Amino acid sequence: MTNLIYLDNSATTPLHPEVLQAMMPYFTEEYGNPSSIYGLGQSAKEAVESARVQVAEAIGAKPTEIYFTGCGSEADNWAIKGIAKAREKKGKHIISSAIEHHAVLHTLESLEKQGFEVTYLPVDSDGKVSPESVKAAIRPDTILITIMMANNEIGTIEPIAEIGAIAKEHGVVFHTDAVQAVGSVPVNVAEMSIDMLSMSAHKFRGPKGIGALYVKNGIRPEIFMHGGAQERARRAGTENVASIVGMGKAISLATGALSEKMQKISALRDYLIAGIQEKIPYIKLNGHPTDRLPGNVNFSFQFIEGESLLLLLDLNGVAASSGSACTSGSLDPSHVLLALGLPHEIAHGSLRLSIGEQNTKEEIDKVLELLPNIVQRLRDMSPLYEQVKNQE
Amino acid sequence: MYSEKVMDHFSNPRNVGELADANAIGQVGNAKCGDIMKIYMKIENDIIVDVSFKTFGCGAAVATSSMATEMVKGKSIEEALKLTNKAVMEALDGLPPAKVHCSVLAEEAINAAIADYYARLGIEPPMEIRTCKCGDCHAHE
Ligand SMILES: Cc1ncc(COP(=O)(O)O)c(C=O)c1O
Repeated sequence: MTNLIYLDNSATTPLHPEVLQAMMPYFTEEYGNPSSIYGLGQSAKEAVESARVQVAEAIGAKPTEIYFTGCGSEADNWAIKGIAKAREKKGKHIISSAIEHHAVLHTLESLEKQGFEVTYLPVDSDGKVSPESVKAAIRPDTILITIMMANNEIGTIEPIAEIGAIAKEHGVVFHTDAVQAVGSVPVNVAEMSIDMLSMSAHKFRGPKGIGALYVKNGIRPEIFMHGGAQERARRAGTENVASIVGMGKAISLATGALSEKMQKISALRDYLIAGIQEKIPYIKLNGHPTDRLPGNVNFSFQFIEGESLLLLLDLNGVAASSGSACTSGSLDPSHVLLALGLPHEIAHGSLRLSIGEQNTKEEIDKVLELLPNIVQRLRDMSPLYEQVKNQE
Repeated sequence: MYSEKVMDHFSNPRNVGELADANAIGQVGNAKCGDIMKIYMKIENDIIVDVSFKTFGCGAAVATSSMATEMVKGKSIEEALKLTNKAVMEALDGLPPAKVHCSVLAEEAINAAIADYYARLGIEPPMEIRTCKCGDCHAHE
């Protein structure tokens, strides 16, 4: 589509041209299997290992602590199920939050069916987990704390360093789903006392279908993918060499000039938030006002429903997302918005616009021109708005 | 995801807005579930001479409201009560499975408006009118 204004960078991001360039040889002449001993295999192996160094450096880890996976969801599954299985003799209690991604929540639900007990900590109205509540939830049989670094819907950044320190003090393994955070905000596993961390390349302009799990030396989740001796015999399967190379390149590009990028994107975010607040009444900003991902804008528009909003934006060339029931594929609106304490009808009217480094101020201006009309058009059609208008 | 017909009725809804001289108004659904349909009718000599709607809901909710109003406009009460959600869906070239409940709401909204017509007149409807169980989001699954 021409002139598409892509504001769904939390869903996925466009592949960086330099990433594609770095990947190309591994689809063509560099087709070797990294496990082969001849030159062609060894050069593929070197490419995988240098990508591992790039990923490790980006989060302050050692290369031997990085394991490539098939996606961010696999990293979450492996971390959680792997620790549950490895430590079940010690205990069967896990601490998490109410606003995790489904890759974590549904994994925990599957463990609950196997006899594990999970405490889902509530969040405040800005989406923050309180470190004190984590501390209070720890029991002698607690084996794992898994709390996301940044939320994919509302962008709230969690107090990971504080939670990490508490986990460390109590000797509980700490995993964080940092799929939305890596490449967008500074991440350092040592400073934040993180034992395991999930990431996914397509969220920072790398390819889809490749992720990684950081596992601190000494932590041993049970093996999830059995087979060959790849990834130091901890995750089998012939390496997705091209994608691994792409992930390495993308993460160094994303974290190389992080503070300038954050500044640019958060300026656009604040401009968009202020513009919406100025032009549209009956709205609510969802997520923390300041501790939020640089590119995340999430509003609820009263009296209207999110899917209609997305369709009209799409017809006008804007790609966005919503937490309404109609877009979540169920009858209930997003569990994240409900966890903030929003009533269902307000959650149904949510819109997420997520900004990436390729977006421009002109694009934001265009959205600020379109959105008030679209919202008004839907409100004029809404029986809920009629009641309010009549009261005015 | 949606047929061209659905997108057409969503982006250019027919009969949208309030009807100033309506003598029958029906509203179904609730905000908690994410869809409310309100149908306005002007009925003369048992004929729906004019009809309009207001809807809070997804694309399918708007499109089924629009199509349902088109399908009952100019019809007798008796004919309008025969309108089924299936007929509305077929006229829209189908709906995704998760949106079938929107067509049910449209059928129910038409029925609710006609029930209101008789209630305002203070007379028992001469035929059976299907009413809904709108309090429950899962009632239309
Ligand atoms: C917070 C979070 N965790 C996990 C995932 C899953 O990542 P992937 O799509 O690579 O499996 C996503 C992506 O939507 C996410 O936003």
